Amino acid sequence: MEAMLATPKRSAAQKFLIALPYAWLLVFFLVPFLIVLKISFSESAIALPPYTPLFHLAAGWRGIEDFLAGLSFANYARLGSDPLYVLSYVKSLGIAAVSTLLLLVIGFPIAYGMARTPRRLQAVLVVLVVLPFWTSFLIRIYAWMNILQHDGLLNRLLLALHIVREPPVWLATDTAIYIGIVYSYLPFMVLPLYAVVEKLDHSLIEAAADLGCPRWKTFWLITLPLSSPGVLAGVLLCFIPIVGEFVIPDLLGGSRAPMIGQTIWMEFFGNKDWPAAAAVAVVLVCLLVTPIVFFQHQAMRAADRS
Amino acid sequence: MRKVSLFNIFTIALGIAFLYLPIAILVVYSFNASRLVTVWGGWSTRWYAELAGDTAILDAAFISLRIAAVSASAATLLGALAALALVRLGRFRGRLMFASMIYAPLVMPEVITGLSMLLLFVAIAADRGFWTVVIAHTTMAMCFVTVIVQSRLVDFDLSLEEAAMDLGATPLRTFLTVTLPLIAPAIAAAWMLAFALSLDDLVIASFTTGPAATTLPIRIYSEIRLGVKPEINAVCSLFIAVVGVAVLGASLLAKLTGARGTAARA
Repeated sequence: MEAMLATPKRSAAQKFLIALPYAWLLVFFLVPFLIVLKISFSESAIALPPYTPLFHLAAGWRGIEDFLAGLSFANYARLGSDPLYVLSYVKSLGIAAVSTLLLLVIGFPIAYGMARTPRRLQAVLVVLVVLPFWTSFLIRIYAWMNILQHDGLLNRLLLALHIVREPPVWLATDTAIYIGIVYSYLPFMVLPLYAVVEKLDHSLIEAAADLGCPRWKTFWLITLPLSSPGVLAGVLLCFIPIVGEFVIPDLLGGSRAPMIGQTIWMEFFGNKDWPAAAAVAVVLVCLLVTPIVFFQHQAMRAADRS
Repeated sequence: MRKVSLFNIFTIALGIAFLYLPIAILVVYSFNASRLVTVWGGWSTRWYAELAGDTAILDAAFISLRIAAVSASAATLLGALAALALVRLGRFRGRLMFASMIYAPLVMPEVITGLSMLLLFVAIAADRGFWTVVIAHTTMAMCFVTVIVQSRLVDFDLSLEEAAMDLGATPLRTFLTVTLPLIAPAIAAAWMLAFALSLDDLVIASFTTGPAATTLPIRIYSEIRLGVKPEINAVCSLFIAVVGVAVLGASLLAKLTGARGTAARA
């Protein structure tokens, strides 16, 4: 079959194999992005759909000219001048960077520990790490709302242990956002790390120890560099979606200083300003395009290599 | 011989506790007799009983299950085709673009996917509801399916197919009797993942749905924005129970069929 498939002339079945998913992705993934781009240059209007200019193919070349003449950069100008947007982007990138680092620091010892356990236990542990991912994201955040509320379990525990006198406020703080993110994304960090650490040649670490290398130095010079593909995969898998996260900051973080996902949501559902929402989204994609392309490159290389 | 240090055990135990304690607390509190969600009033199943009469939640759950079943099936078909194309067809024109469109949605923030899908539906003046959510979920999930099936196809022993062809099987027959059974576990796992992703999704569904199709996450979200409620604890616990049983069942099944496969090969 492979020999046949390798011939340049493709059968109808093979063309179909490529064409169907390709066409689907073009229509439902690429075209929508172009539409977002287009609408980000439109002006908000009280109409249905709530933006102008509309693009009329029926008007032919004239229609395209009118459309181009009506394009406006006002939305982008507003993004730069309104501190709400700038702060929102900065906050999102900052929270994503810090929580990715936290995930790495927390995830690495877990992945490393998993890789050291006997084989049969490892399989069980992998299932245990993956299982929460299957239960709804929303439910897991909701579980934390239970715990973090003012008279919730965490505060009662802290009071009972006399760690605090006054119950601290958790909900609607950045701390709650960090807790929610680390909790939700931990499997995405642990699994890629585990996948590389598990294949690590342990004799290298033993050799370093035999030669008198201190443990932290062995970790820094041997374990970490050898695990770098897993670190990279985990960081990209977490960082990119966290920047655009909506559910966690909305339910745990409050709305005073929104993350960018909340800003898009508010512009869209609250202010019904679709062009502004589109412009915010376009700038977000531009900010993330480098890590996304990097991720694609890594994923493709990993798939082709194996 | 591997040595497991105390530190290793400690980190694993802490990690697992961190992952499971919040869920366990949620489930325990769903059996709380008190309406005050923070006060323990003894064991009771009253929230489950009230749930049985809550038609809004039940309708939403039913819609979600239907959307998940349809979109998971479509995503599995499209994703498996894409995986076959990527692994088996070598280089074709537009492969880079194709692969990019497969990997980008894996990490794309949901807010952007949702917004862009919605603007497409508005541009083509499609009525938003059940089918628009199905299309959006299919697009999002098919990429995950591709990655799973792809990893299975890469490990595939091609000599099995060659043997079938040498013995006179047509390509179609080879595919149906040799290839498909061997990648079936990956396809089943991919379908389940697609189903779970759809059932779980709040953001994309919020953008692409209409008034007639309120999914379970949208329903739950609108309830919990105002705070914690015991009925919602019960819904969530049921959800967790169903998913837990399904995943454990599937991994047991995979283990059994996997063991049989190994035995057959030996």
